[in-house]
Amino acid sequence: MPQVELRKRVIIVEDIFHEGGPVAATPYRRGAILSVIKNPFAGRYVEDIAGFSKDLEPLGLEMAEALIEALGGAAGIEGYGKGAIIGSAGEIEHGALWHAPGGYAMREALGGALAIVPSAKKVAGPGARLDVPITHKDASYVRSHFDAIEIGITDAPRADEMLLALAMTVGARVHDRAGGLKAKDIKAKDGLR
Amino acid sequence: MKARIRKIVTIVEETRREMDREITPPTRRAAAIAVIDNPFAGRYVEDLAELIDIGEELGQLLASRAVAALGIDGAHAESYGKAAAVGENGELEHAAAILHPKLGAPVRKALAKGAALIPSSKKRGGPGVALDIPLGHKDAAFVRSHFDGMEVRLSDAPRANEIMVAVAITDSGRPLPRVGGLTKEEIKGTDGLR
Repeated sequence: MPQVELRKRVIIVEDIFHEGGPVAATPYRRGAILSVIKNPFAGRYVEDIAGFSKDLEPLGLEMAEALIEALGGAAGIEGYGKGAIIGSAGEIEHGALWHAPGGYAMREALGGALAIVPSAKKVAGPGARLDVPITHKDASYVRSHFDAIEIGITDAPRADEMLLALAMTVGARVHDRAGGLKAKDIKAKDGLR
Repeated sequence: MKARIRKIVTIVEETRREMDREITPPTRRAAAIAVIDNPFAGRYVEDLAELIDIGEELGQLLASRAVAALGIDGAHAESYGKAAAVGENGELEHAAAILHPKLGAPVRKALAKGAALIPSSKKRGGPGVALDIPLGHKDAAFVRSHFDGMEVRLSDAPRANEIMVAVAITDSGRPLPRVGGLTKEEIKGTDGLR
């Protein structure tokens, strides 16, 4: 299968101290890592693409580890999500190749995680923004950890590129008070509750 | 701190390839952005001293965050720039008060030097507005390989009563510079220009 050719990498870290309410003792931290790579299938219909998922595994792991380091280590990370923006000479199916390597990379780098990794993807041009959904890594229903981070890069993806993203968070939303399942009440170990 | 900070965001961007050529070492730039309350939102205030002091605080904070995000010693930074976006209830003059009188000195201190003017841009806008932070070499403004810009935006800032302040720092110029002009090897570094 084709080589993974990386053009650009971006890391975003947000520290959120308050949102109009009391200032948090520890700021809520939210981050994302983005890689812009060449889309080996751009410009034509290729039937057999599934193998490229495997080729993306080392990149996924490298991204997960770099993001964890930027967020201060695996111990504090509680939420995650992933996303892809495929350049206009590609198809949405190419974005689906990111599901397995992106998700498993984060699970591996975090030393295990039970919940499904929420995701979003689309075909778009340079500068497109994507809202990457975020949920608690061990129980999807934890309400305090439902969030999203908007990502994008001015000059990517070009038509023959794909932008792959991983997102992680440390803590709950800064003024979390909408009720629901709390992280401390996770019991079922089924990835949901 | 005088500034009431809602959030701080850092962005690091690394370019590894351009037009199918490998960039070695990769070019890297970082921006640190603070979103603060605008103490003068919604009314005309003559004396902007509070914002001038806030500019000094943010110069130190944002330069150190950007340098840390690059993982370099401040002395190894090569170019810099600054910018601010004022929410709809503020004035452009509020951005000027933050950016121009006192923000530069602590930035230069964090970078060990900085003889050149820090290029800047400012605007008023709503949440999600894009700021293009101009970049120039920190010791000699005429170094052509380092003229650049970095776009940053935050989907939720600036709110009407906020100001978004950004400092960008790089450890390199553009990926494949080849339009001539003064090179970084030729810098004298005394007048800030050449």
